Amino acid sequence: MSRVMPVLVVLLGIVALWYGAAVAMNAPWARDQAARAGTPLSTGQLIAATMVQERPVLPAPHQVAKGLWDGIAGQKITSKRSLVWHGWITLSATLAGFAIGALAGAALAVAIVHSRVMDLSIMPWAIASQTVPILAIAPMVIVVFASAGVTGLVPKAMISAWLSFFPVLVGMVKGFRTPDRMQLDQMHSWSASRAQAFFLLRLPSSLPYLFASLKVAVAAALVGTIVGELPAGATAGLGARLLSGSYYGQTIQIWSALFAAAGLAAVLVALIGLIERVVLKRMGLAR
Amino acid sequence: MIEAKGVSLTFQTADGPVHALKDVNLSINKGDFVSFIGPSGCGKTTFLRTMAALERPTAGTLSVNGMTPDQARKSRAYGYVFQAPGLYPWRTIARNISLPLEIMGFSKPDREARIARVLELVELAGFGGKYPWQLSGGMQQRASIARALAFDAEILLMDEPFGALDEIVRDRLNEALLELWAKTGKTIGFVTHSIPEAVYLSTRIVVMSPRPGRISRVIESTLPRERPLEIRDTPEFIRIAHEVREGLREGHSYD
Repeated sequence: MSRVMPVLVVLLGIVALWYGAAVAMNAPWARDQAARAGTPLSTGQLIAATMVQERPVLPAPHQVAKGLWDGIAGQKITSKRSLVWHGWITLSATLAGFAIGALAGAALAVAIVHSRVMDLSIMPWAIASQTVPILAIAPMVIVVFASAGVTGLVPKAMISAWLSFFPVLVGMVKGFRTPDRMQLDQMHSWSASRAQAFFLLRLPSSLPYLFASLKVAVAAALVGTIVGELPAGATAGLGARLLSGSYYGQTIQIWSALFAAAGLAAVLVALIGLIERVVLKRMGLAR
Repeated sequence: MIEAKGVSLTFQTADGPVHALKDVNLSINKGDFVSFIGPSGCGKTTFLRTMAALERPTAGTLSVNGMTPDQARKSRAYGYVFQAPGLYPWRTIARNISLPLEIMGFSKPDREARIARVLELVELAGFGGKYPWQLSGGMQQRASIARALAFDAEILLMDEPFGALDEIVRDRLNEALLELWAKTGKTIGFVTHSIPEAVYLSTRIVVMSPRPGRISRVIESTLPRERPLEIRDTPEFIRIAHEVREGLREGHSYD
């Protein structure tokens, strides 16, 4: 209970602030409407009117909740208005991109740790790749792939891999390098091969770092996929919901999609956390 | 068994060459317990590391069992015990001891028999299933000694293995180490900066001095091989300790 309380208090505070902001931001439009109709509103009526608008500047929390519920449970999941359907489109590209990115990051980290030339030549490029604004790169990736006849999941997965390989690369390089001089000397004194030193020492040493970086990477992969969905013609995926919502001023739809994406990210990160707990416990690293 | 002739080792650093070892001559016989003592920078650890092929001498020759240190390492001639236990936290004590055996390709039944034997030897029988963090520092260091013994190396090289432990635990482990040495007949090279430890354990004490790292005195111990802890209060012990202290002072008078 003592752990739930602070969370609840913060949550309540946010919801209260949100309602306040919704009233303040939606009031001008309600007043405008009332003035046009010539029926002045009491304060109570004004507040009520800010809660039920179809295209509010800031939808009230319960409107977003209803939008989310409609999107998730109120539609057949094959419907184009279903958040489950859009969520799946986004999730599949995210997972594909995450898998590619994590594997590429880990593979590059192995190369960097074992070869000084790779260390000097790859790292600057890896860092440079992350300084390029993804918003600028994404449309180009989509266009290039589309011109080659590849659309749908693959180009989005490439963008999400682009964002997710980096945290894994950095985390794993750090992780593979945690064994100290003494531990490496120890391996040498047993005449261990490089492969043995890697699999018996470096890899298990790096696992805590691996999981930390996978959590960052999976969230980044989701962002990458959503960004990749924006220029794709906005037909499918949570990114598409965001974009079409903003085309038509459907703020409730935007916020619902936003929360769906946040929820998806939370689930993915929690899932990795769970795997982390199980693996570290089985290794005897969790106390 | 171990023969060093004119061994020198110079590290090239940004501040110029550092003479870690200069013209070191020493021979260690089978079954000896040789301690290396001296102030930091005297090259005692460096010399141990050259014997173990963890460093390469820049001049002179060093042979271990008639082989180069590198060949000796490959033929599992020595077990090396570092300052810290260096046990893997994700492996139990038994599996930590199993680690070098796995690397060297021992079969599973053989590994299990060896683990049981060395755990017995360091009085850790029954602790094989524990993780390192469940053991005290002294027990961890004993486990690391067990690991160095598991593959039956004839030579045991120990680099300040008890340096991080308190004096009471250290006394106990010194006693246990002597018992183990008597039981196994290993040749032991032991680096320390404690005079009583060196005198209590060794058949021979090599006093070293820094800049450049070299041997300043070799003292043969006249103490019997059988040594209860009380031997440290005998005049004989105190005389040898005094001689070691003299040797250390001599080394210092150079700078």
